[in-house]
Amino acid sequence: MSPIIALFKRDLILAYHNRAELMQPMMFFMLVISLFPLAVGPNAATLKIIGPGVIWVAAILSSLLGLERLFRDDFQDGSLEQMILSTTPLPAIALVKVATHWLTSILPLICLSPLLAVFLHLNEAMYWALLVTLLLGTPLLSLIGAIAVALTVGLNRGGVLLALLLVPIFIPLLIFATSAVDAAAMELPYTAQLAFIAAMLLFAFALAPFAIAYALKVSQN
Amino acid sequence: MWKWLHPYAKPERSYQLCQTLLPWFAVLGGLSLFVGTMWGLAFAPADYQQGDAFRIIYIHVPSAILSKSLYCTMAIAAFVGLVWQVKTAFMAMVAVAPVGAMVTFVSLITGAAWGKPMWGTWWEWDARMTSQLILLFLFVGVMSLYKSFEDAQQGGKAAGVMAMVGIINLPIIHYSVEWWNSLHQGATILKMGKPSMAPDMLWPLLLCIVSWVLVSSAIFLLRLQNEIVRREIKRPWVVELALQNSKQQAPNNMSTDRG
Amino acid sequence: MHFASMNEFVAMGGYGLYVWLSFGLGLLSVAILWLSSWSTKKRLFKQVLREQVRQQRIQQAKQQPVKP
Repeated sequence: MSPIIALFKRDLILAYHNRAELMQPMMFFMLVISLFPLAVGPNAATLKIIGPGVIWVAAILSSLLGLERLFRDDFQDGSLEQMILSTTPLPAIALVKVATHWLTSILPLICLSPLLAVFLHLNEAMYWALLVTLLLGTPLLSLIGAIAVALTVGLNRGGVLLALLLVPIFIPLLIFATSAVDAAAMELPYTAQLAFIAAMLLFAFALAPFAIAYALKVSQN
Repeated sequence: MWKWLHPYAKPERSYQLCQTLLPWFAVLGGLSLFVGTMWGLAFAPADYQQGDAFRIIYIHVPSAILSKSLYCTMAIAAFVGLVWQVKTAFMAMVAVAPVGAMVTFVSLITGAAWGKPMWGTWWEWDARMTSQLILLFLFVGVMSLYKSFEDAQQGGKAAGVMAMVGIINLPIIHYSVEWWNSLHQGATILKMGKPSMAPDMLWPLLLCIVSWVLVSSAIFLLRLQNEIVRREIKRPWVVELALQNSKQQAPNNMSTDRG
Repeated sequence: MHFASMNEFVAMGGYGLYVWLSFGLGLLSVAILWLSSWSTKKRLFKQVLREQVRQQRIQQAKQQPVKP
């Protein structure tokens, strides 16, 4: 069995064992979004305007929460060191870890999004736009986030630092994604925004694995 | 050129170079900052549209120009450090970051103070101010990442990676913010058109820009020295330097200290 | 000189608050960063000296035979 596939399976199994911890970002996502109607009032028109932005901000925040555990366990029990020393190229390993992390902790958030769209009174066109932007945008979150996670994995308290490092970098994604949903709300085409997100995703896909690999080596010193 | 440059990769030589350059930059920078600011404030003619409020340009434009170029400087230093494993480059990167953050902060507050009389609001979510704010966040991120490592070498490398990620993102952020801005609000903002400036106004501006470059280079050199000393604190040359310094300043301090 | 009197200079044609606020805060930030960097330099050298004195003390203590 190829080591890449073995790693993939191992990470999936580990994630299955840690179900409770995986639920936390999801619960956070739900809670943040249900806070907004309580804060700004239940007016459907207002909620419809702020809805896409709220969902995206909540998605960024909860993915930051979930990202922290991307390399943490492997770093603490020493298996990360083994991976760095192994003959399998480190960027490939990093990519597999990011992919499993996306599958196990971000995909559930996306599955939850129809419910939240109902909460925030999004119409159907807006919901489809939101779903597509989430599907294209969250892998980008994971890929770029993994660089910062790899850098801060050796630090004891990386949580706030991670947000400080990553939030400014996620701003373009937030802008394009919310404007795509806004365009959908006005029944305008939003392929341009999607193309931008896809371009950023491909770019990150090409470069991020190498940056993650270097960052892991720095952290492991 | 490499042969000539290479000795400066050694911390001790870089420290000496900083020491020779520092007084020049500090004195010339302080002098030109004073002259330029006074020229701009008191002697340049007032703008026919904006009156005397336009004088904020003499601090706003130099700091705004410097903020982006200092981020580029930081990223170039990070790149040199990451690719050629030059230790001094990482130290330079770490030394630039606070200067860049300060300059960005100054450009933000002066922009706000200019915006209030001209646009009627302290803060406008216009493209340039927003991307400047994000730039400040990027600087602060690099600084705090470096600070949170105990090992300066490791911290320098980590901050270097983050600076590189930031510089790749900077144009994307810039254009996305500009695009977002044009989407969300029409061209309501009073665009500061750029008519060719009268020479009476332009000369002090150029002097101010030069003086800001000199002053921030002086602060950078000082911080670079600090960074070098901090990392080499146990080396004999640092100890010798400290002894020399203390002898120069207070010849009889040491004898009383020992008592 | 563009201004006729000191009062006019301070008033800045009615924009005094904004002009002086931006110049004041801007130059203040430069001064603060410069002074803090300078004091860091002083502190580092003091630290080196203290460490040096401590090392010498340790050396002396090692050379002196322990008295019963």
